[in-house]
Amino acid sequence: MKAGARKFGAADRRLLPEGRMAGPMPWVIAIMMFLTVLAAAAGLGLGSAAGNLTAGMASRLTVQVMAANPDRREAEAAAALAAAERLPGVARVHRLTQDEMQKLLEPWLGGGALDADLPIPAMIDVDLAPGGGDRVDTVRGAIAAAAPSARVDSNATWLAPLGRLIAALRWLAVALVLLMIGATAATVVLAARAALDTHRATIEVLHLMGATDLQVARLFQRRIALDALFGGLVGLAAAALVLVLLGSRAAALGSDLLGSVALPPLAWVLLIALPLLGVLLAMLVARTTILRALGRML
Amino acid sequence: MRNGLRRANLVKTKHSCAPPASKCRLFAGLRGAPPHVMGWREKRGRAEAGLASGGSIVQFDNVGLRYGTGAETLSDLSFSLQEGGFYFLTGPSGAGKTSLLRLLYLAQRPSRGLIRLFGEDIVTMPRRRLPGFRRRIGVVFQDFRLVPHLSAFDNVALPLRVAGVADRDLENPVKEMLAWVGLGHRASARPATLSGGEQQRVAIARAVIARPELLVADEPTGNVDPDMAKRLLHLFDSLNKLGTTIVVATHDLHLISSIGRAEMLRLDRGELLDPTGALRHPPRRPDA
Repeated sequence: MKAGARKFGAADRRLLPEGRMAGPMPWVIAIMMFLTVLAAAAGLGLGSAAGNLTAGMASRLTVQVMAANPDRREAEAAAALAAAERLPGVARVHRLTQDEMQKLLEPWLGGGALDADLPIPAMIDVDLAPGGGDRVDTVRGAIAAAAPSARVDSNATWLAPLGRLIAALRWLAVALVLLMIGATAATVVLAARAALDTHRATIEVLHLMGATDLQVARLFQRRIALDALFGGLVGLAAAALVLVLLGSRAAALGSDLLGSVALPPLAWVLLIALPLLGVLLAMLVARTTILRALGRML
Repeated sequence: MRNGLRRANLVKTKHSCAPPASKCRLFAGLRGAPPHVMGWREKRGRAEAGLASGGSIVQFDNVGLRYGTGAETLSDLSFSLQEGGFYFLTGPSGAGKTSLLRLLYLAQRPSRGLIRLFGEDIVTMPRRRLPGFRRRIGVVFQDFRLVPHLSAFDNVALPLRVAGVADRDLENPVKEMLAWVGLGHRASARPATLSGGEQQRVAIARAVIARPELLVADEPTGNVDPDMAKRLLHLFDSLNKLGTTIVVATHDLHLISSIGRAEMLRLDRGELLDPTGALRHPPRRPDA
């Protein structure tokens, strides 16, 4: 029985008309795949952005020495710098130079702002060693002791809500991908039923000639898989085009936060795998639908 | 004419069974018919089926059929068809001929009663075993049921493809069969471009191409001219002489009279007229 079934598979092209299934199914799948890839890319991109945020910024403390008297400010800044450097678990301590301060303030105060007699706080970045999140209070204490006018801000404090927002958006992306997969499966069920109806007479004849359910299912499975592949590739191509365009626009902004949304290579591999998963899903759904319909025949 | 058919069969046999001779024997040992490859069946089937049911290929016992909740379309059918027999099924329109044929070609299970086909009970047979049995039966449908998007060649090749015959092995037999029904020049034509009679001949070629053990034909000569009807009947006759059991539903009395050894099944309002009981307990044939 098996040998026969296999040969039948090779000759099946002649059993149903060649070419893609009539109707809009490949295009519906293309649209689904386009949206799925975009949603998945958003999820993956946000994931890498969140990773960058926590890796680069969350373990950083910003110390502002705000004494109004320039001499005292200098003294306190030096003391705070020394105090921070002595602490264990601190990876790097860096006081922002005049140039860096200039650059930081330029957008708000314009060029040459530091030449005026404007009191500008001294700023010190303190990078904690990885896993040093629990040492924030130690650092805070030490700096407060060394420089009474210093204010210590942990980046983690204001990053937390942003992190929660990104997490929520990622879950939304996951939910969208799952919904899209469900909708694609439903489309394939409808398409398989339509194909069964269109070819009902042919199926009955094949059935009465002794074709097994699997032989008949394989015919449709193959055609629906081809349709799904076509739709999937079109959708993927369109989505990839959009992503590349968005990526180049984001890169042109030169923003650190937006730049970190760029997709890592592994994410691209996952995105390219999506249409293939779609084809597998379509084949499986088509096969189940058709076998169930055939099971109702004697 | 018969020579032509014989030659076609020789070609088929050579192609399908020659390369792995062991495979033929392997299948021959299996019961319940795997995809039938022409040729091996002859060696196996006969003796086995004969042993199982005393020479009858079809046995009906108190068979009744009703569609839905209506009255019985067929009731209390009890008869047996001898292997290698030639039977005409007649009766007025609406007598249940097509329903009886549907039972025979396994499109339908009876509502009650017992049917044995090739020596096995097909009423309680699990569904997955039915395809193997269907491959041993050729059917000429009243409405032909040609696949509209396939050429005449591909329509005739269908049963062989279902049975898993490779393309290179089926080309010659299919061409010869088409030539035999006078459609050699229309092999690539779609059914829609064929006349009613031509479609019917394609349907008949398709039914007999795989040399079925049982051939069931529903009004097979309804759309052809008398000359072609005779020719087609001759085809059935040749097949019958090669061992195929034939059941033909027809109104055509002329057709019936042209096969001397044929027996008649007369249906009327779903019941079989069998005054002598010969259909129920057929006398043994000298050659069976």
